[in-house]
Amino acid sequence: MAYIQVLIAGFGGQGVLFAGKVLAHKGLEEEKQISWLPSYGPEMRGGTANCSVIISDTPVGSPIVSEPDILIVMNLPSFDKYENAVKAGGCAFVDSTLIERKAERTDISVHYIPATKMARDLGIPTLANMIMIGKVIRETGVVAMDGLRDALSKTVSAKHQDLLEANLKAIEAGYEYKD
Amino acid sequence: MAKVLMKGNEAIAEAAIRSGCRHYFGYPITPQTEIAAYMAKRMPKIGGTFLQAESEISAINMVYGVSSAGCRVMTSSSSPGVSLKQEGISYLAGCDLPALIVNVQRGGPGLGGIQPSQSDYFQATKGGGHGDYRLIVLAPASVQEMADLTAKAFDLADKYRMPAMLLADGTIGQMMEPVELPEDMRTTVYEKPWAVTGTENKREHNIVNSLYLVPEQLEKKNIERYEKYKTVEKNEVMYEEYMTDDADVCVVAFGIAARVSKNAITAARAKGIKAGLIRPITLWPFPKDVIARTAEHVKGFVSVELSMGQMIEDIRLAEGCKKPVTLCSRVGGMIPSPEEVLKAIEDMEGGAF
Amino acid sequence: MAVVFSKPKALTDAPLHYCPGCTHGIIHRLVAEAIDDLGILGRTVGVAPVGCAVMAYDYFSCDMVEAAHGRAPAVATGLKRAMPDRIIFTYQGDGDLASIGMAETVHAATRNENITVIFVNNAIYGMTGGQMAPTSLPGQVTQTSPYGRDVKTVGYPIKVCELLSALDAPYYIERVAVNNVKHVMAAKKAIKRAFENQVEGRGFSLIEVVSSCPTNWGMTPQKALDWVESDMIPYYPLGVYRDKSKEAE
Repeated sequence: MAYIQVLIAGFGGQGVLFAGKVLAHKGLEEEKQISWLPSYGPEMRGGTANCSVIISDTPVGSPIVSEPDILIVMNLPSFDKYENAVKAGGCAFVDSTLIERKAERTDISVHYIPATKMARDLGIPTLANMIMIGKVIRETGVVAMDGLRDALSKTVSAKHQDLLEANLKAIEAGYEYKD
Repeated sequence: MAKVLMKGNEAIAEAAIRSGCRHYFGYPITPQTEIAAYMAKRMPKIGGTFLQAESEISAINMVYGVSSAGCRVMTSSSSPGVSLKQEGISYLAGCDLPALIVNVQRGGPGLGGIQPSQSDYFQATKGGGHGDYRLIVLAPASVQEMADLTAKAFDLADKYRMPAMLLADGTIGQMMEPVELPEDMRTTVYEKPWAVTGTENKREHNIVNSLYLVPEQLEKKNIERYEKYKTVEKNEVMYEEYMTDDADVCVVAFGIAARVSKNAITAARAKGIKAGLIRPITLWPFPKDVIARTAEHVKGFVSVELSMGQMIEDIRLAEGCKKPVTLCSRVGGMIPSPEEVLKAIEDMEGGAF
Repeated sequence: MAVVFSKPKALTDAPLHYCPGCTHGIIHRLVAEAIDDLGILGRTVGVAPVGCAVMAYDYFSCDMVEAAHGRAPAVATGLKRAMPDRIIFTYQGDGDLASIGMAETVHAATRNENITVIFVNNAIYGMTGGQMAPTSLPGQVTQTSPYGRDVKTVGYPIKVCELLSALDAPYYIERVAVNNVKHVMAAKKAIKRAFENQVEGRGFSLIEVVSSCPTNWGMTPQKALDWVESDMIPYYPLGVYRDKSKEAE
């Protein structure tokens, strides 16, 4: 019985909460039990933001993820803060454009993705978060790639549906990235 | 019916609309602004009222006006704002008017913080405003319950002609979970012959009023109201029991604290400790009987709260001081971890309290 | 025999509790006459204040709501939003409207809420026994300004009509008095107009009625009416402060 706890953290404005929503919506499409919990308050822009996502076959207890199976970090303060929280045997996904150091833990698997640079090179500079999600899907299978478009279209607000293709492109780029 | 992902706060708003509420008054405060934002978008499209009032005090008095007219109405706020509403809540109670007040709690006292809290338990369940009165207080622990208990609150408020409060917290308000919303969440339609809808020159005038200058009359009113409260206590208690049958240690927790406690109970059971949970869904009326029954077979209770220990007083009253009751709590916007709750369960099991 | 004078239908038979010489009775009657004249009794809902007029809910024969102190405009807002086709009026004193309820007053006005506000200004808190009001005159002796209102420490009276007419929104604002027959006739016209405005859906109308309080002023009724003329009206000039029907022309 899978009970996968995901923690995504970075600067406000990097799309950390949105990345969590994509996983949550996809999980719901797959008829899993879901919770999505954002940090909230003044850190919305510029400060640190994080969100807890639980994707499970059994009912979700506490929605607060303090020991993630999967950690996604998009800035150094978040990596410093949460590296030690990851469950032994879990994995961490690190945006290596913005985080220069390597992990100290040896009991977790760590993937380094230059997501911010890749996003810039692809001409979609705001979608590093989706590149990270693509890689997470590839490595963990927490949700399937199949049917992602539907989940994504539910996550993207009505007025931003024109960004659907760009989001998909970013996810695919992350999915194909070999580290 | 398809499940959709919704924030707890949005689920309250949509459920209110589907429960026939067409009037919302509020004032901005974190962490419940999604409710007002949702209403601001939806109400104009369905012929309802969304009005951002000049203050919490005005908002609750606008609620008082709409309720006097016999229509379903609500306001929402967070702790400091709910303090401001207390005057109006006392008047609603004193006039026997139904209404829904949502409190998505944050840390206090004073301006406090904006992170989740349950430290308005006393205020919600013991009065809050002046005078002898009660509120029906419902405590959701999931996004689905944010919706379901909103509908329930409107129903109970109309049924008993008294204000009801949904006592949530920042976590449940902000989190998203799958939720299923029936198209129409109204249960019963209640006649309101007391409403001030205009006499149409066909009946004596109706008066909505809480002033009784003759003490005998005011005493009678209060006694009658408390008879009604007895009926509510008899009929409307709601709670969830989780693994209590064989429990040696019983956790009592509501809202987000109950969610965390379930993780701890799973962990305790894995260690061979028979732990269970009573989750009050109505905080008033408080589920006294089940706690009294459970006291017969457990070693003790652990009250898990996001406060310095408020509900614990009601647990002690309910179990009649027969068994030890300990407090496991974090405050100021902090939430106890499952490990902290597990430790409290283990301490109770081992007699180390 | 033709009836030439009778009680307005909009008043009940309950005897008024007001002090001898108090002008609330006159103002109640003017409000009731306006409701009768416009034939709106069956669809009118009144909001009573806290203060001397708290029991107005027993005197007006329309449906009535008793509001918390100062909150009548908010309560009226709720009533009007729930029942746009009903005629909603508030009846408030100076402490209620201009002190504890100032926020509610200003914001109902600036929303141009389609309600009628009857504001009775007698420059004192009557019900509680004669304390200084936001509209007590400079130097006026009250229970809580025993040496006279000292503007250096407690500030100046609030001129509600002048203050509200600084807002863009309100439709109609007029100050009247009821200290002599001529003024009463003008007041009657103003109050009726304030209700008509609402019937026509024009928006917020407020009529300030400069009134007297012989009991708490410590004067005979006649002396009190004279004091209205000699001291109150010079400070609170009568007249129309806002009339959007004129602006539209």
